Amino acid sequence: MGRTLFDKIWDQHVVASMEGTDVLYIDRHFIHEVTSPQAFAGLRKRGIPVFRPQQTIATADHNVPTVDQHLPISEPQSRYQVEQLVKNCADFGVELYGLGHQKQGIVHVIGPELGITQPGMTIVCGDSHTSTHGAFGGIAFGIGTSQVEQVLSSQCLVVKRPKRMRITVDGQLPNGVFAKDIILYIIAQIGTGGGTGYFVEYAGSAIQNLSMEARMTICNMSIEMGARGGMIAPDETTFAYVKGKEYAPKGAAWEQALSYWRSLPTDPNATFDAELNYKAEDIGPMVTYGTNPGMGMLIGDSIPVPKNGLSKSFQKALDYMGVSAGESLQNKAIDYVFIGSCTNSRMEDLRVVAAYIQGKQKAANVKQVIVVPGSKKVEAEAIAEGLDQVFRAAGFEFRQPGCSACLGMNEDKIPAGAYCVSTSNRNFEGRQGPGARTILASPLTAAAAAIEGRIIDVRTLDPVMV
Amino acid sequence: MEKFTLIQSRAVPLPIQDVDTDQIIPARFLKATTKEGFGENLFRDWRYDKQDQPIEDFILNNPLYQGQILIAGENFGCGSSREHAAWALGDYGFRVVISSFFADIFKNNALNNGILPIQVSPEELDGLFQAIEHDPTTSFRVDLQTQTLQVKGEKEPIFFAVDPYKKICLLEGYEDIDYLLSLRDKIETFEQSKVLQ
Repeated sequence: MGRTLFDKIWDQHVVASMEGTDVLYIDRHFIHEVTSPQAFAGLRKRGIPVFRPQQTIATADHNVPTVDQHLPISEPQSRYQVEQLVKNCADFGVELYGLGHQKQGIVHVIGPELGITQPGMTIVCGDSHTSTHGAFGGIAFGIGTSQVEQVLSSQCLVVKRPKRMRITVDGQLPNGVFAKDIILYIIAQIGTGGGTGYFVEYAGSAIQNLSMEARMTICNMSIEMGARGGMIAPDETTFAYVKGKEYAPKGAAWEQALSYWRSLPTDPNATFDAELNYKAEDIGPMVTYGTNPGMGMLIGDSIPVPKNGLSKSFQKALDYMGVSAGESLQNKAIDYVFIGSCTNSRMEDLRVVAAYIQGKQKAANVKQVIVVPGSKKVEAEAIAEGLDQVFRAAGFEFRQPGCSACLGMNEDKIPAGAYCVSTSNRNFEGRQGPGARTILASPLTAAAAAIEGRIIDVRTLDPVMV
Repeated sequence: MEKFTLIQSRAVPLPIQDVDTDQIIPARFLKATTKEGFGENLFRDWRYDKQDQPIEDFILNNPLYQGQILIAGENFGCGSSREHAAWALGDYGFRVVISSFFADIFKNNALNNGILPIQVSPEELDGLFQAIEHDPTTSFRVDLQTQTLQVKGEKEPIFFAVDPYKKICLLEGYEDIDYLLSLRDKIETFEQSKVLQ
């Protein structure tokens, strides 16, 4: 019987097995300042070193300011946490791309752009959006801090083998519809728990036609349907992206890697535990209306009116968002726009935004628009292309790299009651600050909301951008 | 890790679906570098208002409901991988969380911290909520050895599933890391046999 992409990689990394639980070898481990300090404390307590320090890469992203990064962090607890990362990496011999380093950035942006992330690998990080790296055709998933300690001490994890799901999206995406819309559409269909217990492979012509950055957006949000991770078969698009990157194999090693990577895609006769199929033509610009990413809808639709009446949880979500069942969000006035996060902070995202806003101005009712590049490299490229000037001319703020207002750990927060159209991945209560109301959308929908001051259907823009 | 044996306790009902880890412990409290003290901020924004005053109608502020068992709606613990959510629940005093469905990463994090996630059917979950609604002092007995949840006054216990490996870890207080460190030679052999990426 044929094997899936997932099976091929998983089987190659099993060190030991017992009753459905495997000891899985981890090729690459990313760490950051928020979920690693207690893991290092555990190593110190046991008096053991990092087992394979060269397979762990650290950066500071979750809890860093996005202005004046050359100055000491003013908030004492945040400063201490970032200092602890510096100390832990120095003490245990782990490479750190820390604050101020030219390779610093959001962990799921720097891994791929440096070529650390490659097809066929097992990759983990103490962050649920580690699923991003699956875009390269690897097994990548988020872990807790106890597991960070396990990987640091043994380069392995004790894990249950998940079930396999394939989500196929075939067809041609309509103009004005992006990878973000595809994944928000899928999550709205199956709900925040619909993928729980599964590892998802995304397939189909609409997925294959996406760029690597767009594929990362898709895989990034796999966790928002509860899936352990998401992955896309490596192909020529993948290889072209990885080739020449700093950490990518070179010369004969590249050829060898390439022949291995070409063997990875799912065999034609392989079977999955679950299969879902969607048509790209059915997908349009998406917005969320509630307090989890599954509460999303096509921009032309209205907030659903549940047949059996509103459940307590559904009503609580609508109350929090200040919206009603049956309401449309088109033309809804908004207060803030956030463009950034591990979902949408890469060059293609910034280019789409800049191309649309060029020569336009932020609407007067929009209090603040912040654009936070995913990494120092993205920041430098954006500046080299003059995008920073475009953002500033439109009244947007162009910040320094970090997770920023995606999770509101640093100063970048949205005030209580305010609506923020955000290119990030979660619209949970208080996610962007206590009381903040988040509406998730694609970078173009977010940019259009900033200019218009309200949510619009970007397909009505002239010319529609693709 | 503290051994998990038998828990006999009242329970706190939280009949809300999709409780995410941002609610269990908001991100602004993740700046600590130790595992202690998170219980104070468990469900912070549901528990306290902007002036840091307890919100009366939130369940943890109602003295009628207490105990080491939290009973929550479907898909508990979705969202972020932050283990701080498990630390916060444990620090507050919960040793068991019962729901009809758990998010994967949370479930793992809970087990790695000696907190037992018990998955029951949606009907059983409704029954548990009703039992507490009927009598907030209802007592529950969780026996990991026999994998049973007994509601006091009910004839039959509810049987629940536990991964056999994780069951041993909980009963004996073992951690995954102990097992992994014992495999060091095997891991090194694996590394040599595998062409590393």
